[in-house]
Amino acid sequence: MKRILSKHATALALAVAGAFGAAQDVRAQSSNEIFIPALVYRTGAYAPNGVPWADGFVDYIKLVNERDGGVNGIKLAYEECETGYATDRGVECYERLKSKKPVAFSPLSTGITYALTDKAPGDKIVLITGGYGRADSVDGAVFQWNFPIFGTYWDGADILVQHVKKKGPLKGKKIALVYHDSPYGKEPIPVLEALAKREGFELIKLPVTHPGVEQKATWLQVRQQRPDYVFLWGWGVMNSTSIKEAIAVSYPRLQMYGVWWAAAEPDVEPAEQAAKGYNGLAMGHSAEHDRPIHKDMIKYLYDKGKGTAAKKEEVGEVLYNRGMLSAMMTVEAIRKAQEKFGKRVVTGEEVRWGAENLNIDAARIKALGVDGMMVPLKTSCNDHGGAHSARIHTWDGKQWSYTSDMYTSDPKLLRPMIEASAKKYADEKKITPAPCGKAMTASAQ
Amino acid sequence: MIYRETGQFKSTYASDQQLFPIVQDRWFVIGVVAFAFVAVPFLASEYLFLAILIPFLILALAAIGLNILVGYCGQVSLGTGAFMAVGAYSAYNLAIRMPDLNLIVIFLASGAIAMAFGVLFGIPSLRIKGFYLAVATLAAQFFVDWLFARVKWFTNDSSSGSVSAPPLQVFGYGIETPAQQYLFVLAFVCVFALAARNLTRGAIGRAWMATRDMDVAAEVIGIRPMAAKLSAFAVSSFIVGVAGALWAFIRLGSWEPLAFDVNRSFQLLFMVIIGGLGSILGSFLGAAFIVILPLVLNQLPTWLGIPLSTAMISHLEIMIFGALIVFFLIVEPRGLARLWAIGKEKLRLWPFPH
Repeated sequence: MKRILSKHATALALAVAGAFGAAQDVRAQSSNEIFIPALVYRTGAYAPNGVPWADGFVDYIKLVNERDGGVNGIKLAYEECETGYATDRGVECYERLKSKKPVAFSPLSTGITYALTDKAPGDKIVLITGGYGRADSVDGAVFQWNFPIFGTYWDGADILVQHVKKKGPLKGKKIALVYHDSPYGKEPIPVLEALAKREGFELIKLPVTHPGVEQKATWLQVRQQRPDYVFLWGWGVMNSTSIKEAIAVSYPRLQMYGVWWAAAEPDVEPAEQAAKGYNGLAMGHSAEHDRPIHKDMIKYLYDKGKGTAAKKEEVGEVLYNRGMLSAMMTVEAIRKAQEKFGKRVVTGEEVRWGAENLNIDAARIKALGVDGMMVPLKTSCNDHGGAHSARIHTWDGKQWSYTSDMYTSDPKLLRPMIEASAKKYADEKKITPAPCGKAMTASAQ
Repeated sequence: MIYRETGQFKSTYASDQQLFPIVQDRWFVIGVVAFAFVAVPFLASEYLFLAILIPFLILALAAIGLNILVGYCGQVSLGTGAFMAVGAYSAYNLAIRMPDLNLIVIFLASGAIAMAFGVLFGIPSLRIKGFYLAVATLAAQFFVDWLFARVKWFTNDSSSGSVSAPPLQVFGYGIETPAQQYLFVLAFVCVFALAARNLTRGAIGRAWMATRDMDVAAEVIGIRPMAAKLSAFAVSSFIVGVAGALWAFIRLGSWEPLAFDVNRSFQLLFMVIIGGLGSILGSFLGAAFIVILPLVLNQLPTWLGIPLSTAMISHLEIMIFGALIVFFLIVEPRGLARLWAIGKEKLRLWPFPH
């Protein structure tokens, strides 16, 4: 019976494949290629946000192969694995793809990042978490394999408070944090608590349980307590639900600020005009559509029918750009590694060195075709983040536009917290931190 | 022809009452266990260990625990995820706060803490049954979700609410490689499966089954319902608690309460129902069905070289998996274990069915 079943399953799969003419998303890997896995979620409650990120990530790898013939002549191979934003599925994907000798993972989930942080050092695989992941992994002495490039949630929390402080002193004010009740949403709490103490505002913490489609009770509390600002730390359908609920309790959108994962098109578009005035953090980029990189995407991929996204208009959306930039930083780390170790298929350890010695200055940013989409970025053992800046962008009902200057988070506040948290992790895990300043410390923890 | 007990005479009570009275069964089980202990560590790949065998074994252990409660004692529970969480967080706190404690002691102690918790939430079963009890055990689920997400002490003031297991060591030996982790889990599962099987064959198990079949009649023949029900809750949540600790320490490494949410409870209940209520073997078959089948379905198109988009593969996985659940429940509502038993019956008569 089992055989019949599997036969049926095969037949069904074949029939569906024929009917949909679905796209190929696996590039077969050979021995002279560098393998970059893509953990994505194209189904489930987080798909609206997961899809553009995944498209951007995969498109950039395709672009490097199509336009440049790979990195210094070495082609990139990739394979997608669907995690559905679930940690256990993400770990399974990691184990599945590990055998293909990947150099770097971008899990796009703080929960999965937490789980993989324990596994990556043993397997010598770099974790590049562009704008998410553990904030304390900035400390490269303890977290040798984690790279929270572009900035962490602690940077984001500090920058949001800096921004609202500009509008008037925060003493006696109330700030509500509406957050996804997961490691992702809880990540900014210690910084906001420290700032609440320093600035004298009251922090109201309002958790929203996964997947976040039921928020009536949360917004009832917002209506009762009338906070001066609402910080939204949501993801997936939770974001658009939050904005709709804010409209329902007539909370002014002008006083709402989303983190960079709660400030993209899929979050505001369901509410359309009503979301007008909603603000969000934009790390370095917003929804730029017209930079050289986007033109290349259209020219080399979409005009030839090789693009990943369903429609061309997606190229340049906020999350598409972020996925693209994440892949770009992975590729830059590979490039850096090749500079030192030779233009060949580099290993995870070599890419780790590359990621730790990234130096993307203004000229390089221009050369990459992402002018004005990221701040100059320089990583080191002490600072695995490389950049800690962000600005605010606002939704005007049709598009995003920048409404503030670039802010940089306050290292005086964050650095001691990062070190304390990293030390606690090292103690729990019985890791001896590899002090910075030495040459390549490749030994496993 | 091959599978026939002709000529196997039982001349003592002991041989009649042994665990596997049929010689072929006995050798088959011994062979499987020996294969799992001796051959698999050398044959399996890392992926097989970490993504398939270890999750399968741990969830099979949890399913055994739940099967004792639901399948043998008839007390429907939706709090399994909660009992697993209690085991996991107890183990974490014991390991962090008493670093010198042996890992096996930690796991058994966290099972004991889960047991106390299970008995506490089993008290309502003395007054209510069926669906009402299921709803009451759901309270355990939500209480535990809240407890470990909100009370900072349990997560050692972790800022993100995610906790991470310390390195694993038993008697000075590290449990680091996938094969070592697999053997460690396998040893736990074998011991508990054997214990559970024997418990269900003895007086306690008979008391559970009598309570399940008709509690009034059981009381009339002298079985104390309180003792029977609470002992089922105790044994069940002990095993589930140990499974939770293993799941957290060996499978996940670092976790948040979401890993033990109500979906986990449902998943385990489905395992028990699909595998077969009131059967230790059924727990293994159910766990295999729920853990392994989706992964196989997910990778099948790639193996066969069918080009499908990632999203399409996941949708297909969910659809086919759902269809198979319905299919098996229609074909044999008493679960995969029953299908196995029917297969054995058929095999006895083969090749001359009457």
